[in-house]
Amino acid sequence: MAMPITHYLRTSKMPHIWCAGCGHGMVLGAVLRAIDSLGLDKDQVCVVSGIGCASRAPGYLDFNTLHTTHGRALAFATGIRMVKPGMKVIVLTGDGDAAAIGGNHLIHAARRNIGIATVCFNNSIYGMTSGQYSPMTPTGSYASTAPYGHIEEPFDLCELVYAAGASYVARGTAYHALLLSKLIAKAIATDGFSFVEAITQCPTYYGRRNRMRTAVDMLKWQKEHGVPVASAARMSPEEMVGKFRIGELGTRTRPEYTRRYAAIIEVAEKGEAERDA
Amino acid sequence: MLRKAGARLMQGNEACAEGAIAAGLRFFAGYPITPSTEIAEGLALLLPKVGGRFIQMEDEIASISAIIGASLAGAKSMTATSGPGFSLKQEGIGFAAYTEVPCVIVNVQRVGPSTGVPTAPAQGDVMQARWGTHGDHPIVVLCPSSVAETFTLIIEAFNISERWRIPVIFLMDEVVAHMREKVVVPDVNGIPVVERPRPQVSPDDYLPYAAGEDLVPAMADFGTGYRYHVTGLTHDQTGFPTTKRPEVDALARRLDGKMKKAAPHVTFVDELFADDAEVVVFAYGITGRAAAKAVRDARAQGLKAGLVKAKTLWPFPDEHVRRLAQRVRAIVVPEMNMGQMVREVERAAAGMAKVVGLSRVDADPITPDEILARLREV
Ligand SMILES: Cc1ncc(C[n+]2csc(CCOP(=O)(O)OP(=O)(O)O)c2C)c(N)n1
Ligand code: SF4
Ligand SMILES: [Mg+2]
Repeated sequence: MAMPITHYLRTSKMPHIWCAGCGHGMVLGAVLRAIDSLGLDKDQVCVVSGIGCASRAPGYLDFNTLHTTHGRALAFATGIRMVKPGMKVIVLTGDGDAAAIGGNHLIHAARRNIGIATVCFNNSIYGMTSGQYSPMTPTGSYASTAPYGHIEEPFDLCELVYAAGASYVARGTAYHALLLSKLIAKAIATDGFSFVEAITQCPTYYGRRNRMRTAVDMLKWQKEHGVPVASAARMSPEEMVGKFRIGELGTRTRPEYTRRYAAIIEVAEKGEAERDA
Repeated sequence: MLRKAGARLMQGNEACAEGAIAAGLRFFAGYPITPSTEIAEGLALLLPKVGGRFIQMEDEIASISAIIGASLAGAKSMTATSGPGFSLKQEGIGFAAYTEVPCVIVNVQRVGPSTGVPTAPAQGDVMQARWGTHGDHPIVVLCPSSVAETFTLIIEAFNISERWRIPVIFLMDEVVAHMREKVVVPDVNGIPVVERPRPQVSPDDYLPYAAGEDLVPAMADFGTGYRYHVTGLTHDQTGFPTTKRPEVDALARRLDGKMKKAAPHVTFVDELFADDAEVVVFAYGITGRAAAKAVRDARAQGLKAGLVKAKTLWPFPDEHVRRLAQRVRAIVVPEMNMGQMVREVERAAAGMAKVVGLSRVDADPITPDEILARLREV
């Protein structure tokens, strides 16, 4: 435990592709500190991603890593987890990857309660394709495809995933990095499906268009708008307008999917053995 | 493992499921669609009996994705679908081809495009099976014409996919899928089962996309100490993304070269009276059965007819057709589409024999009489 972070990095694959000031590296740091705090065996960790800036993270990580197609990371991860239920399967995904093209896989993975920990790097925008709106883009903000201001409402992803059946749901930010790392550690340690929304910044395509010129402006925004769940509980709805809760948002105990399937195998194999006897 | 060695009456879809398990299938992900659904139903029942796993995913894209993940974790994997679902799987098929993840994709063809006639046979997906995903890519497409052949050919599908790390499309049709015929299930020990090449070197020396003479890299299962990277981005021998022109070029050419190396080992063709034939039928799938009857009837009437029945559609049996074209007068190509393979036959025949198509697209199979009539004309 308490290995240097480079223990988990493929340093030879650096420098990374991310812009200066991008929050994705901060979130990734939190992921690695979480893994380190759990003392996981690198050979038994599998990190799966979709497509996008966030989804480039696995390439820099010294685990079994899989960079898939846009939106489908959870479906690939489901196959891995089914075959290797002993492995820790972690999905790293962007807000577009998870909530738009991959939204269906997200709610179904949660419904099945399959043992996959998902970290969604939510920068409220499609970074990789240079700034189109995502399902997480706030109403009224600007994107290259919302030049007149965005007219859609974003999801509350955590509520969505919890309602779909996840065992553990939490939200953190790149600014609250220590908290984020603790939440991710809890998510990875969860037996069923777990989900952490990590609010992060894309200064290049979101910040500049939305009157937050620098990464520092955006981190300040995270600091000022993220309210710990305990404080939020004491605040009125009016006080919470425009703000969001950070911390653990939902936990429950439900049977994990691959365990349930293992029970099916036991019954079926027994039936077969009896038939052959 | 298998139900029982010996003769049994089976439905085509059932033979597909049982043959797959005999080949070592241990993970199936699918989404219900006529006329393929019995494959999923059969495997939901059978797989856990052999310690395998079944899952019904939320759609076909999820299904192809899940089987690729499962294959990377070390399990022989398959999905099954029909036209609309096959269209949805195309991006995933390209991913499997590019990352060289073995897997089998069954497509039980029905009338299309779109929802078409869900319950009726067609052969309209022949070109999509070859070129459905974007970009150049290796692919093998096998096509059974009977229930017994479904059983043996699906085993070949797995063996080819594992041996060459190429996705294999198993192109059935509604008639083969739903008819019941006798299958002689061989003893488990009599079934040749091939495993993917796994690394013989230590993790430190492992280059996941470096290939030897056969151009097939060794593949490590996730979770076995070989921590490597898999990406659908163009990658170098280490598996990491590259945009360097020579490396981009090298990957495209190695995959093409691999396909060419595999071709002689994966191209299966059956012949009937082809040796001394003056006119031959080139057919595949259920149409091959009607063609066999037509050819026998023609012979009974004194016409020197023969049959070439392709069990492999892609790679196309070029050499076979070329040699045939050198010695016959004409080749008739009956298909339940507006003429897809006929153009391949034409290309391979290169003007040496007359090539005549025969299309039927009214949702009913082509009859022996229709083929016989065309044989008499040419
Ligand atoms: C099927 C498909 N559609 C579209 C794209 C183009 N595309 C690549 S990344 C991306 C959006 C990524 O946004 P997000 O998931 O939020 O990640 P970010 O780049 O913001 O980290 C899109 C639309 C693609 N690669 N594949
Ligand atoms: S475009 Fe945005 S999300 Fe992508 S690397 Fe740059 S700052 Fe990060
Ligand atoms: Mg984004």
